[in-house]
Amino acid sequence: MHIVVCIKQVPDSAQIRVHPVTNTIMRQGVPTIINPYDLVVLEEALRLRDQFGGKVTVLTMGPPMADESLRKALACGADAAVLLTDRFFAGSDTLATSFALSTAIKKIDAEEPVDIVFAGKQTIDGDTAQVGPGIAKRMGLNQLTYVSAIRSLDLGSRSIVVERRAEGGTQVLTTGLPCLITMLEGSNVLRRGSLPDMFRAARAEVTTWNAEQAGVEDITQCGLRGSPTVVKKVFAPKPRNEKAVLVETEGKSDAEIARAAIDALFTANPKLEAEIPELVLAS
Amino acid sequence: MTYKAPLSDILTTLDKALGYAALLDGSAFGGLEWDAVEGILDEAGKFAASVLAPTNRTGDLEGVTLKEGVVTLPQGFKEAYAQWAELGWNGVAAPEAFGGMGFSTAIALATFEIWDGANMALGTGPTLTLGAIDLLLDHASDALKDTYLPKLVSGAWMATMHLTEAQAGSDVGALRTRAVPQGDGTYRLFGEKIFITFGEHDLTENIIHLVLARLPDAPPGTKGISLFLVPKILVNDDGSLGARNDVHCVGVEHKLGIHASPTCTMLHGREDGAMGWLVGEENRGLACMFTMMNAARLWTAIQGVALGEASFQKARDYALERVQGRDPATGKQGTTIIHHPDVRRNLLTMKALVLASRAICLSCAATLDEAAQAEGKEKAALMARAGLLTPIAKAFSTDAGLQATSIGVQIHGGMGFVEETGAAQFLRDARIPPIYEGTNGIQAIDLVTRKIPQAGGAVVASVLDGFSRDLEGFGDTLPPSVLSATQAAVGDLRVATELMLTLGTEAPVDALGIATPYLRLFGLTMGGVLLAKGAAGTNDPGWRAVTRFLAEDMLPETSALLAGLRARGGAVAATTPDLFEAM
Ligand SMILES: Cc1cc2nc3c(=O)[nH]c(=O)nc-3n(C[C@H](O)[C@H](O)[C@H](O)COP(=O)(O)OP(=O)(O)OC[C@H]3O[C@@H](n4cnc5c(N)ncnc54)[C@H](O)[C@@H]3O)c2cc1C
Repeated sequence: MHIVVCIKQVPDSAQIRVHPVTNTIMRQGVPTIINPYDLVVLEEALRLRDQFGGKVTVLTMGPPMADESLRKALACGADAAVLLTDRFFAGSDTLATSFALSTAIKKIDAEEPVDIVFAGKQTIDGDTAQVGPGIAKRMGLNQLTYVSAIRSLDLGSRSIVVERRAEGGTQVLTTGLPCLITMLEGSNVLRRGSLPDMFRAARAEVTTWNAEQAGVEDITQCGLRGSPTVVKKVFAPKPRNEKAVLVETEGKSDAEIARAAIDALFTANPKLEAEIPELVLAS
Repeated sequence: MTYKAPLSDILTTLDKALGYAALLDGSAFGGLEWDAVEGILDEAGKFAASVLAPTNRTGDLEGVTLKEGVVTLPQGFKEAYAQWAELGWNGVAAPEAFGGMGFSTAIALATFEIWDGANMALGTGPTLTLGAIDLLLDHASDALKDTYLPKLVSGAWMATMHLTEAQAGSDVGALRTRAVPQGDGTYRLFGEKIFITFGEHDLTENIIHLVLARLPDAPPGTKGISLFLVPKILVNDDGSLGARNDVHCVGVEHKLGIHASPTCTMLHGREDGAMGWLVGEENRGLACMFTMMNAARLWTAIQGVALGEASFQKARDYALERVQGRDPATGKQGTTIIHHPDVRRNLLTMKALVLASRAICLSCAATLDEAAQAEGKEKAALMARAGLLTPIAKAFSTDAGLQATSIGVQIHGGMGFVEETGAAQFLRDARIPPIYEGTNGIQAIDLVTRKIPQAGGAVVASVLDGFSRDLEGFGDTLPPSVLSATQAAVGDLRVATELMLTLGTEAPVDALGIATPYLRLFGLTMGGVLLAKGAAGTNDPGWRAVTRFLAEDMLPETSALLAGLRARGGAVAATTPDLFEAM
């Protein structure tokens, strides 16, 4: 089985600042880490590999120094690493990023067929949650997002069963391979690197591809040129003035609670009673 | 706060004080980048803090139990050790051919500081296993190597060292354990060994004992000692475990410290005798054991550093929290005790002892690494140098650990004397490293009678010349006070060394009486030089402050020590044993 895990090197969010003029993230001097959501899928991929055999390839797009994150993943037990780095990739939004990554995954797949692609649910620096689905869409992969657990995998029938958190409960979904999976935080904890893996990672050759080597034919779909998203303004939403009211429910029936709430509403808005007929008419 | 591995200090020591990053570059150690070394130590630190440290105090309270020959370690030890071994930490420096990483001794030693800082009692087990691995590599037959080394390198089995008997401590030559040849290449051992660290425990399914014993016709004394490998459980030809060997734990000691490290009385031969295999040649056992002892001495040395550092961290945190008295600088009432200059002096003393002894230990290890890559004359010279530095590392660092942990208790005031803060445990644990692996007194004697006279004094001379060269290279990167104090110390050490060499030939018995202060002078001076070297290369304000303190406030001790040495041990020599009976 061949699993590709997409990871991103991100600034440690605890120490991040936004440029006051350009509204872009200021990356200088901020220590980098692997996007925490990616650690979850990396661990899941390693577990599947340990259980079913095969290979885990980690993939990232980023500056040359992003190779550090790939080495960390190797140190935790990943088998191979690919770094996409090219000035043409600079300034990519989620559209251009998923284009570049999916192009590279197609190349990886051509060399060694890929069964599962994992991506982090979202990144802590962009928070869009769009790249994983973007890759699935571009590659025509079945897509399982917000997965909280993998129940079973059957390589014979090439199907996978997962649990997915949805509003109001858990869905149990099954789909065929190949597929793309994003997972929820807290689904597992990344293992510690063993000494042999740390040495292997330190000595490993990280495969490095520029756009051309990754198989990109249309460079205008990459980087800034391939990125229609424009950040106009970054702001913190204004806090609302009104405060939430705590309703005492202990020992009361639902009807009593409802009545008390209605009373409170009318007391707080003395004109409401008079306005109601008007409102009713208007609707 | 719990133990935090002193990564930045370790890295500054290696990189700036010892130029180790440059040595690593392009070395035989598999071309690892410095970043990778940092990553490895960082990971070690995380593991130590999260898995080993939490068992330190509970292990101290619970201790070990012996029941019907079975020794049980405190709760959590077995799991912590299993994880540690599983991650491969036992094999940093062991050869790749037997499953190790083939990496450097200095980095392996640095990781052991981290394990010992988190839980020294647990660290004593693997420490001996590493020594056994070195010994078997150097002296065992290929058959023994193939059977035992992979298991010992992976940590699946642990090893012990059986020298001491009731009548044979520092004087190993007095041992009586007998080994009887069976005519088939094996031997049967009979005798009782005491104080055997990790002689019996429940961490691994087999335990490999390396035992010194005498053959029936062996000459008396050290020339009649042979070395045997005695497995707790016999190993079948196919590598599977067979019958229980006739070697048994018949007692565990109640001790001042390292409560969680079993110190066992081991009986060889309750029935037919313990089956053993000869390692090296007959009657050459002590020389073989010295391979293990020498390595183990450096690993013992680092225990002093580790405990000093752990104790410093605790004392520093306490000093930042404990409110007492008036800040003498501002007059503000209700200040934390860190504002009292005497408390800061205490903390600086601790840290200076720790940094100096760590630098000495890692310097010795780095010399071994250089030797491992050198050949011929150069290799011999480097080995001689490491041989000179080993007793200094062992005795200076473990004395420093004891002194530092004692100050650590002092900084806690009454809370240090009660057990619940854990400051007292560091002090109790720190009491053993100066005793085992050759007492510090024996180390000083080894330095004076064997090591400095090597090659007519040429080995020590080259070390001293190295110190002088280091100092010339600093220019104005160091405060003048640091430079002058360090130069003065090196000057004192030169004079003292001449004096000891002369005394060694003119009045060798008198020299024995002052070997310990000479070793201290050596350690302080070497620590001063290495800290200054580090300071010249780092902006770390902590390191620079400690270097200045060591230079201005502690190095002057070298001139007092020299003044004492100038009396040529006369005062001790003038006393007789009888005199003490009347005292
Ligand atoms: C916790 C613990 C663990 C141990 N683990 C092991 C182990 O795993 N394997 C093992 O074989 N042993 C072990 N030992 C034994 C240890 O190595 C010895 O205790 C140590 O070597 C000292 O020997 P001794 O106790 O007989 O003291 P002695 O040799 O009786 O020494 C007593 C004092 O006399 C001094 N002295 C003795 N001879 C001389 C001399 N020639 N010149 C100057 N001074 C001298 C010593 O410095 C010391 O201060 C352990 C001991 C302890 C307490």
